[in-house]
Amino acid sequence: MRFGRTPEQHAFSEALDDLLGAADVSSASRAWAAGDHSAGLKLWQRLAELGVTGLLVPEEHGGVGAGCADLAVAFERLGYHGVPGPWIESVAVAPQLLEGSDATTILSQVASGESIVTVAAPGGPYALDADIASKAYGVFDDMVIELNPGATKTSVDPQRRLFVMSAGYPITGRIDPSRARDLGTLACSAQLLGAGLRLLDDSVAYVKQRTQFGRPVGEFQAVKHLLADVRVALDFAAPLVHNAAVELDAGTPTAGRAVSAAKVAAGDAAYLASRTALQVHGAIGYTREFDLSLWILKVRALVGAWGTPAEHRARILESLVEAR
Amino acid sequence: MSTLEFTEAEEAFRLEAREWLAAHNPGRLPSMDTAEGAAAHREWERTLASGRWSVVTWPETYGGRDASLTEWVIFEEEYYLAGAPTRISQNGISLLAPIIFGHGTEAQKERYLRDMTDGTLVWAQAWSEPEAGSDLASLRATATQVDGGWRLNGQKTWSSRAPFADRGFGLFRSDPSAERHRGLTYFLFPLDADGVTVRPIDQLDGTPGFAEIFFDDVFVPDDDVLGGVGDGWKVAMSTAGNERGLSLRSPGRFCAAADRLLDLWASDPQPHLRDQVVDAWIGAEAYRLYTWGTVTHVEAGGSVGAEGSINKLWWSDLDLSLHETALSLLGADAELSGPWLDDYLFSLSGPIYAGTNQIQRNIVAERVLGLPRGGR
Repeated sequence: MRFGRTPEQHAFSEALDDLLGAADVSSASRAWAAGDHSAGLKLWQRLAELGVTGLLVPEEHGGVGAGCADLAVAFERLGYHGVPGPWIESVAVAPQLLEGSDATTILSQVASGESIVTVAAPGGPYALDADIASKAYGVFDDMVIELNPGATKTSVDPQRRLFVMSAGYPITGRIDPSRARDLGTLACSAQLLGAGLRLLDDSVAYVKQRTQFGRPVGEFQAVKHLLADVRVALDFAAPLVHNAAVELDAGTPTAGRAVSAAKVAAGDAAYLASRTALQVHGAIGYTREFDLSLWILKVRALVGAWGTPAEHRARILESLVEAR
Repeated sequence: MSTLEFTEAEEAFRLEAREWLAAHNPGRLPSMDTAEGAAAHREWERTLASGRWSVVTWPETYGGRDASLTEWVIFEEEYYLAGAPTRISQNGISLLAPIIFGHGTEAQKERYLRDMTDGTLVWAQAWSEPEAGSDLASLRATATQVDGGWRLNGQKTWSSRAPFADRGFGLFRSDPSAERHRGLTYFLFPLDADGVTVRPIDQLDGTPGFAEIFFDDVFVPDDDVLGGVGDGWKVAMSTAGNERGLSLRSPGRFCAAADRLLDLWASDPQPHLRDQVVDAWIGAEAYRLYTWGTVTHVEAGGSVGAEGSINKLWWSDLDLSLHETALSLLGADAELSGPWLDDYLFSLSGPIYAGTNQIQRNIVAERVLGLPRGGR
């Protein structure tokens, strides 16, 4: 193997597809947005049984101790199926943030799926789904602090239930939060990639069956070319996401830059997928009722989450210029 | 920064290529589409061949090194990193040779392969006709069977390298009653034969990079038919995916250009162009990684089919946007002749040659996404 997923990673991806494809994830998402978490939490449990929640939790705390490449596989599928909840925060970020703290009990609870935690993403005072989280954390002055939920904010993505957080007590000394942030960004990139792939698949299926002027609209070149461009963008974002995971696993000095490149490319590709999906669906795509809206709105939210494209581009350039 | 694992042998290969190029690379030569430049580029091919670097993936018998695909990508990375000249032999070694290896007779391999590795034999491609561009299967040039061979008649156009090349290859209609893809035959022909007229055409950059070729009862012997009579389309398309997908434009070329773009940026940073510079680097990096994914797939026994079109869309758009960004950075000096302008003008042709990007998007939509054919 030189560059690409291992057979085990392909099998993991398929196992996630089997589970999520058979579950009614869209209904769970809509209920989650309305404040009814029961179906979403059941899904959380079933994914915990597949090991998703414990991917980055060390084995001594009951986790899987897997690598970032496995994490990217899982988040791509979570994005593809539009699974609601603070997955990035609980699964990708918290284990790294809490490494070396006294909060290892909560880590094993996260791994088993018994507890869900959330983390305020950098650059914003909001934390996702703080009402269902056993604990909420943030980083302040390079220390991990516990946060308490306050008022809610409404996201463009109704499944993203944001809470304004107020600071509690520090639970660690000074740490370097950059790896935890990179892990969150990687997971977000993979989720974007998955969401983009879903938007493309649904669009292709739609234009094959939607008939106008006596033929499927997918026969028209104006439609074909739009969708071909989405395929191209997604196919070239995917290796950047995989590479970012591999670099994080290997701890290369350029891993941060690789993560930023993955976020920019996956965000751009997923956004192109969402715009194109909306365009080729026409008015039906512009409705809340039609499930396409779940992904269109999620992509818009995730493009700006875990570092904006402008911030990541600035970081890439800084790293490239420094290396000269 | 690579997380790709290379073997010791591959690392040694990289080092050997790097050192050889450092010792022999003449740098940028005059355009290969001038008499002086063509001679200089042939000389460079001779030098490359003397070090056995002109066709690394070929069998040793024909001047290669039996190198793996991985080693080919490594060589290309080093080649472009060194800023070595463009390859006048490209039509021969990357478009024609794979077909000769796959469909040619032993006699054809003997006759043509070695000579195209050292600049002795430069090939022109002759696909398009005045009325057959994207719709190549509508081509009209004919081949009529005569005693011992064939007579070619008709006209080809946009034939790259034809003004300074030795021989050409292309498709001719050998069965006048057959239509479209049927009844075509793949021919090899000398450009100095009786009845051949080459009329150079100045390209957008002012050099005659391509030409019209007129055929007036040009005799071609039977042993210059490549593949079976009437099988021309199948033969010509047999390597199209690999060409678009892998061998035509290696990532080394774009990584090196992105590197030079960063140098240009660093010499005079202009904040409003920052995102474009970064996106050029991201695009080249994505192409590099994507290619390693393809190499992994092919070395594991996979092949490149319609996905080659995805690749072609990416590198041609990347090349253009990268050079547009360079011109933006150059400001008012962007219109002055120089390497960036030369490369920009060349990049303008990328979305057209090797199958226009409109056609590539059709292929992606129909053969990768599975959308219904028809409905132009």
